[in-house]
Amino acid sequence: MKPELLLVAPLVIAFATGIATFLARRRPRLAGALSVGGAALLLAAALALLAQVVAAGPIATQAANWPAPFGITFVADLLSAIMVATTGVMALVIAVYALAEIPRPLESAGFHTFYQILIGGVCGAFLTGDLFNLYVWFEVNLMASFALLVLGGSREQLDGGIKYVAINLVATAMFLVAVAVLYGLTGTLNMADLHQSVGRVGDVGLLTVVACLFLLGFGIKSAVFPLFFWLPASYHTPPVTVSALFAALLTKVGVYALIRVFTLIFTRDVAFTHTVLLVVAGLTMVTGVLGAVAQMQVRRLLAFHIISQIGYMIMGLALMTPLALAGAIYFMLHNILAKANLFLISGVMRRTAGSFDLGEIGGLWKANPALALLFAVAAFSLAGMPPLSGFWGKLLLIKAGLDAESYAIAAVALTVGLLTLYSMVKIWNEGFWKPHPAGDGGVVTLAAALPGGRVWLLMAPIVVLAGLTVAMGLFAGPVVRVMLTAADQLLNSDAYVAAVFGSGR
Amino acid sequence: MASLLAVLIGAMVAAASYLLLSRNVVRFLFGFVLLGNAINLAILTVGRYRGPQPPLVPDGAAVPTAAVANALPQALILTAIVIGFGILAFSVVLIYRAYEELGTINSDEMQVAEPAGVPGGPR
Repeated sequence: MKPELLLVAPLVIAFATGIATFLARRRPRLAGALSVGGAALLLAAALALLAQVVAAGPIATQAANWPAPFGITFVADLLSAIMVATTGVMALVIAVYALAEIPRPLESAGFHTFYQILIGGVCGAFLTGDLFNLYVWFEVNLMASFALLVLGGSREQLDGGIKYVAINLVATAMFLVAVAVLYGLTGTLNMADLHQSVGRVGDVGLLTVVACLFLLGFGIKSAVFPLFFWLPASYHTPPVTVSALFAALLTKVGVYALIRVFTLIFTRDVAFTHTVLLVVAGLTMVTGVLGAVAQMQVRRLLAFHIISQIGYMIMGLALMTPLALAGAIYFMLHNILAKANLFLISGVMRRTAGSFDLGEIGGLWKANPALALLFAVAAFSLAGMPPLSGFWGKLLLIKAGLDAESYAIAAVALTVGLLTLYSMVKIWNEGFWKPHPAGDGGVVTLAAALPGGRVWLLMAPIVVLAGLTVAMGLFAGPVVRVMLTAADQLLNSDAYVAAVFGSGR
Repeated sequence: MASLLAVLIGAMVAAASYLLLSRNVVRFLFGFVLLGNAINLAILTVGRYRGPQPPLVPDGAAVPTAAVANALPQALILTAIVIGFGILAFSVVLIYRAYEELGTINSDEMQVAEPAGVPGGPR
C-alpha cells in the first residue's frame, strides 16, 4: 500500500463506519458492534500512519492529484500523526464505554452515526493542509457535536445546547472572515504556501489583525479566557460518553489549530502575538481552576478543569521554544487520556453511588476499592504527581518557562497545579472517603450496578486509559524524545513545506 | 466598487452585532444569518471583485485576455452558504425544541443547566 493512502484511511474508515451504523440504526446491537469495529480499524490505520511519519518524516497527498497549492492537500507531520493516533485510541475506548452507557433509544436515534462523523471530522481537521478545508472540518465537527449534545432532548441538554451552539456559531464566523482576509492578503489558502507567502506581505500590522481574528475564532473553540463560558454551561448536560468524547477531543482541535497557525503562518510579529498568547494562557489556567474549586458537581468541576489545562498547552505555544512546544504536545496527550478517563469514572460513580453531586454521594472507597484506585491514577496524574504523566508535562513546561525567563507564567503554572490537587482531593474526600449520606446501603458494588457482566464494558476503557497514563509517565523518556522531534518539525517547517510541494520546490 | 462594498459590509456587521447581543435567541439567530451574509460579501470583496466576466480562456490563448472574475472566492462563498444553511436549519429546530421544553426564548431565563443563586454552582 502506498504510504499516502494512510493519510485518507482514517477519514474513509470513520465516514464508512458512520454510514454503516446509520443503515444498521434499527438494530442497535449491530450498530454498536460496527462502531467499535470501525474505531478499532481507525486506530490501526492511525498507528500505521504514526509509524510511517516517525520513520520517514512528514508525508502529504493531493486530492484528485491537483498539485499544491491549487488542490486540497492532506499532510501529516509528527504532531498531526500523534493527534490522529490519540483520536484513534479515544474513539475505540469511548465506543466500548458507549455500548453499556448509551440507552437504546439514543442508539436508534443515530448516536453511533454522529459519533463516527465527529471522529472523522476531528481526524480531518488534524490532517488537512488547507485553511478553508480546515474550516469545513470544523463545521463537520460542529454539526456532529450539536447533534450529540442535544440527543435525547432533556431540558438541561437543550439549555446547554443553545449556549454551546450560539457561541460556536460566532467562532466559526470569526474563523471564516479571518480566512477571507488572509486569502485577500496572500492569494492562497494552502498552509505550506501561506508559510512562504506571508513573508511577502507588506503590511505586517494587517497580518497581525488577521492573526488576532484567528486567535478569537480558535480561542472560542479551545475555551481560553475570556471566551470559555460555553464549556461549563454545556459539558455536564449530555450522557457521560458524550462528555468524555468532547472533553478528550473537541477543545484539543482548537488547540491544535492554534499551534498550527501560530507556528507555521503567524510568526512575523511573535513579540506581539505570542505575548498575547502568554497572558491568555496564564489567565486561562487561573480562572479555570478557580471555577473548578467552587463546584460541587463532579462533571462541572471536571469541565472547569478542562479550561484550566488548556492554559498549560497555550503556555507551551506562547513560549515558542522546542522544549515548550514538546511540553505542550506531551501535556495535550496526557490531558486527553487523563481527563476523558475522569469523565468516564464520573459515570461509574453516579451509577454506583447515585448522583453526580459530591454532597449526595460517598463511601465509594469502601464499596469499590478498584474504582478508587483507578480514580487516584487519573486524578493524581492530572494534578501532576510524579511519576505519572501530568508531572512530566508540567515539568517540561515549567522548565521551558524558567529557561525563557518567564518567571511569572512558571509561578502561575505551579500554583494552579496545587489548586488542581486541591480539587481532586475534594472529589476523593467527598466521593470516595466520607461515608455515603444514606449509609452503606446508598452505594452499590460495580457488579450490582450493571448486571450481566456488562459492567466490564464500562470498566475496561477506564483500565486501559489508566494504564496508558501510567505508561506515559514511566516511559516519559522515549515519549518526550518523539515530542521533541514533533516540536522541531513545527519550528523548522522546511520538511512540512517540502512534503506538500514534493521535491520539485 | 470595493469601497461601496466595504461600507455595506460594515453596516451589515453593525446590524448583525446589534442583533447578536439580543437576549431573544431568535433575534440572535437573525443576527447570525446577517453576519454570515456580510462575511460572504467580505470574501467576494477581499478576493478582488473584477466584474462579472466568466473566467474563460479564449480559443488560441493560454491565459484570459480580459479582466475576468476570480472564481475561487465564489467557490468559497458557495461552500459557506451551504454550510450556513445547514446550521440555520438545525438552529431553528433547536430553538423551537428549547421553547417547547423551557417555555422561553429569552436567554436570561434559560437557567436549567446552570441555576442561579446556588452557592458553589448547581447541585
